[in-house]
Amino acid sequence: MAEVQANDHGGDGKKNKQKKQTLRVDFTPMVDMNMLLITFFMFCTTLLKPQTMKIAFPTKDEVKDESMENKVAESTAVTLLLGDNNEIYYYEGYIKEENYENYNEFLNKTGWAAQGEASESIRQYLYAKNKGAYDQIEELRKRMKAKEISEEDFNAQVKIIQEEAKKAKKAPTVMIKPTDLASYENMVDALDEMLICDIASYAIMDLDKGDRIILSKKTNNPEYLTEEERKDPKLNK
Amino acid sequence: MAKAKVKKHSTFIDMTAMSDVTVLLLTFFMLTSTFVNKEPIQVTTPSSISETKVPDTNMLTILVDPSGKIFISMTNQDQLLATLKKVGEDYGITFTEKQLANFARLKSFGVPIRSMPNFLDLSVEKQDEVMAIINKPDATQEDLKAIGIPNEDKKGADGVIAETSEFKRWIRYATEDNKELQLAIKSDKNVEYPVVKKVIEDLRDLRKNRYLLLTSLKTASAN
Repeated sequence: MAEVQANDHGGDGKKNKQKKQTLRVDFTPMVDMNMLLITFFMFCTTLLKPQTMKIAFPTKDEVKDESMENKVAESTAVTLLLGDNNEIYYYEGYIKEENYENYNEFLNKTGWAAQGEASESIRQYLYAKNKGAYDQIEELRKRMKAKEISEEDFNAQVKIIQEEAKKAKKAPTVMIKPTDLASYENMVDALDEMLICDIASYAIMDLDKGDRIILSKKTNNPEYLTEEERKDPKLNK
Repeated sequence: MAKAKVKKHSTFIDMTAMSDVTVLLLTFFMLTSTFVNKEPIQVTTPSSISETKVPDTNMLTILVDPSGKIFISMTNQDQLLATLKKVGEDYGITFTEKQLANFARLKSFGVPIRSMPNFLDLSVEKQDEVMAIINKPDATQEDLKAIGIPNEDKKGADGVIAETSEFKRWIRYATEDNKELQLAIKSDKNVEYPVVKKVIEDLRDLRKNRYLLLTSLKTASAN
């Protein structure tokens, strides 16, 4: 391959006794060097680009107009409480002060989807809640993957489906409330569940007093309470 | 004695084909790769199903370490330099040309502004040594103060913010002339939520309400 047949015939027809020379180039050092370079590039590069998740928070500016505030209808409101040790709790609607003692009636403990199929997972719960919209969107997604509809069409139609489900009060509005004992991964996982279950409206919020009280009662862990609440004798029975 | 005739075989292996292959591979790696950015700390980002890619330009990344230390990197080094000068002005610090050149070389930084000139005068190895303190298990609080961008607001007696934190200044100056700048938060998955919350609250104070959370990919479906 890397040989050049060098049989130079003389120009004037004389019987030139020239040796047949084979020019061989030894490529071994070249290969060595290339291998080194490849190794260098393999160790120093990332082929995988990280993904990102877009998230928007409401502004901190005071809302002056009452009508500007988004009120979540009680029938669609779902609250997720992210607790210590990757625990996750949810309840529906709002809690009233007189119901603090009956926390077991509405506050449910559940698990992340990854942790086994046996117990109920948050994903199953949200999926059941959002079934109507999810099934429609999944149908569309299949069609998009089969290249029947374009991505823009898909996005536009998903929006319509989600709007309609919201109007018909069939889609849940999820309020994610990570406690101070939760980890960043819990928050991202919770947001991820929203994406997986195609939930259109969700927000990350701080816990209010009621959340902290029922959560500390349920888990027997006063750490969920604020300093002041811990000193309150009424809450520390 | 009859000698056994051993045929002389040439052991020459033709490496041309091999060379062709390696050159091809090399070309592939050179064209597809992006270099790993040197970051002061290693973080494992949480995973999500989101498939949005990280933008290549106009992004500011806020790196949050498990102990709450903040580091900043930016895709555009010129803007970062301009920001450095502005933050320095606030604290009455001016940088020499050499320091600025050293700063431009840093991919990611996290030092209080007051120790920045000294830090920039150090050689790259010494800088790494300073940064390595974060990985030492026996580092005291006092040691740890030397790195990370401080994000504690100084509050007056009445609870009103008297002096905004360095972190807020960095973000404010970086976004001042560049409204399109995207803010990305990169944090280890085991970071406690309050640490991230504090960063987000600071950004919200500056009326920055949209962020990108850097994640790695996983796949899942609802049922």
